Amino acid sequence: MNLGWRMVRKLRIVNARNGAFFNARFFSDSTTQLPLASVTVDPWDSEGPFKPLHVMNPTRLAFIRSTLCRHFGKDPNCAKPFEGLNIVDVGCGGGILSEPLARMGATVTGVDAVDKNIKIACLHAGSDPETSTIEYCCTTAEKLVEEQRRFDAVIEHVADPAEFCKSLAALTVEGGANVVSTINRSMRAYATAIVAAEYILRWLPKGTHEWSSFLTPEELVLILQRSSIDVKEMAGFVYNPLTGRWSLSDDIGVNFIAFGTKNTQ
Amino acid sequence: MALACSLAHLPLTKHLKVAIIDSNPALGKRNCINKEDPPDPRVSTVTPATISFFKDIGAWQYIQQHRHAYFDKMQVWDYTGLGYTRYNARDVNKEVLGCVVENKVLHSSLLSCIEFTSDIHLGAYKLDWCNAADSDVDDTFINTDFRKTIYPSKVTSMALLPSSSSMGVDSTLSTTALFTKGRLAKLELSDGKSLYAKLVVGADGGKSRVRELAGFKTTGWSYSQNAVICTVEHTEENRCAWQRFLPAGPIALLPIGDRFSNIVWTMNPKESSDCKTMNEDEFVKTVNHALDYGYGSHPKSSSSGGRDMFSWLRGDVAISADECFEVPPKVIKLASDRMVFPLSLKHANDYVSKRVVLIGDAAHTVHPLAGQGVNLGFEDSHALSRVIAEGVAVGSDIGEVSLLRKYEAERKPANIAMMALLEVFQRAYSVDFGPLNILRAAAFNGAHYISPLKKSIISYASGEKKMPLPLPFFS
Repeated sequence: MNLGWRMVRKLRIVNARNGAFFNARFFSDSTTQLPLASVTVDPWDSEGPFKPLHVMNPTRLAFIRSTLCRHFGKDPNCAKPFEGLNIVDVGCGGGILSEPLARMGATVTGVDAVDKNIKIACLHAGSDPETSTIEYCCTTAEKLVEEQRRFDAVIEHVADPAEFCKSLAALTVEGGANVVSTINRSMRAYATAIVAAEYILRWLPKGTHEWSSFLTPEELVLILQRSSIDVKEMAGFVYNPLTGRWSLSDDIGVNFIAFGTKNTQ
Repeated sequence: MALACSLAHLPLTKHLKVAIIDSNPALGKRNCINKEDPPDPRVSTVTPATISFFKDIGAWQYIQQHRHAYFDKMQVWDYTGLGYTRYNARDVNKEVLGCVVENKVLHSSLLSCIEFTSDIHLGAYKLDWCNAADSDVDDTFINTDFRKTIYPSKVTSMALLPSSSSMGVDSTLSTTALFTKGRLAKLELSDGKSLYAKLVVGADGGKSRVRELAGFKTTGWSYSQNAVICTVEHTEENRCAWQRFLPAGPIALLPIGDRFSNIVWTMNPKESSDCKTMNEDEFVKTVNHALDYGYGSHPKSSSSGGRDMFSWLRGDVAISADECFEVPPKVIKLASDRMVFPLSLKHANDYVSKRVVLIGDAAHTVHPLAGQGVNLGFEDSHALSRVIAEGVAVGSDIGEVSLLRKYEAERKPANIAMMALLEVFQRAYSVDFGPLNILRAAAFNGAHYISPLKKSIISYASGEKKMPLPLPFFS
């Protein structure tokens, strides 16, 4: 099992370098690899295939808001607490996370390896003065590192964060913040994220997730630590089928989000 | 307007630009309320929940400067003389059961509150959102940024384009460009001005123009009943709210301060036109008749018998269970014009769509028998302002349907529950049928003597509890 997982990871490195991020759709906003790739899918259609992401978005933003406000000493009761912060959204897709961050006052850079995503994101953000300042680039985290770009906070949401952690750390200024949201490699996650979400509820296209590429929270903490990022806070997302809403909880058994800060060396 | 105050008060939303579109001439006039005048017949009974909402948004202090009347007792009975219920605020350890305030006082207090919290800018053209609201005349108000703007006008048209899918990046961000991209709604006003807003709030009453323009469907029917309202005078001050169910509908006598009371009398259309045309003396006589011996005798104050009957029910006896039936104070004089309104029930099937949301009477018009309509509306405002603040906190576009649905999910079930309950009451009393009369009497006695039931009814009617139906045996 473990061996197989590593092999898949190796394969993925190649893919990532080629500029295509696979299997990341549940968390990443990337539109690659939808089964009907020829049909134009609007990631901004909140009733469309990206609905789960839209529903979950406020919850992950609430986590990001509270952790970043605390870390950077910003007033959480203000409408634009992120004013003055440089944030990069890695795997931004259509900009579903980038736009709210910009409305919260941040100077946002959104990167995605898929050119079409960047086009959609630019077009959508451009139609609101509050979000038209977002800088979207069709590039990868690695390329940003090569360009020596640095950010106060790096936010990433992919199903296979292992390979990105290094780049994420390199993009962060010392004392800066990292937020990673992903899916646990637990049986429960297998049952909910793959069996329930893809096969039973049909929220997501089959094959969206590859279970073996998921990380457990412990693994994520270790990997981030190796890249000199200390994980300070972690929270789980739980779905309430009655209200149809997600909320933050201590249960990190399925979907979880981690906040870490980069060590000053 | 309560929404505008509430938004101005919340730290996360106070930056929003709000325009209030309201053609009500009262908006232009300041301090038009003369304390010497007898009270206006258009009054509202606000519940403790609404009072605390007003205190939170800083509007209650303005109400206290004007005429308002708290009441701590209430008596409900029916014409058959079989039963009665008295409620006392002390049953639930409260000071008051509610407060009767003239609508114009509510209106001007909210206006003062808005003026105090903001500098008024006239003629701003672009808004974060827009609120069309109303008291009970057909007027519409706006919202501005707490930089607020008030437009004394009416909405004539509203347009909203679907999100643009046209490719090709258009770099202009003019208001019209945003409108054509579906990121703003456009309102045209009767005075020829145009406004663009991220969110339009329809608070323009039962005949909501915003609801109609946005194409919301409604469900409802009209009761073949009219309400006659007026102000009357007694020889002494009234401190209790009275309601008697008569064959044609309930009559309520509400204290409004000094020696005045307000009458809300529901009856069939023919009777109501008679009531409006008969001379004053005759009308006063009819009112006294309706509040006292008319249609049937007084219920017996069998405080001991009734109590014994229900003594097997657990729970300490509420204070008011010992109170005897009382006869409401005599009306000596009519102190205002008599006004007649047709009654209807109307509920919007949806409260929200993209960039449009309905609150208050625009979303739901209810039977006035328990004075709940205005309170439901304030609860809507409260809920919507909280939802908007939550949206701002996480950087949402405040006109997004997914955000607004949270408001709908919170308020729709609550409003429907209240409407259903009022409907049951309305129907239960519109039939004069022997066995039903006895059942009603049993319900009255139950509500009077069974203390947990009584407490939970008071809490629900005060807007503090979600469901009226109480589990008396488990409480």
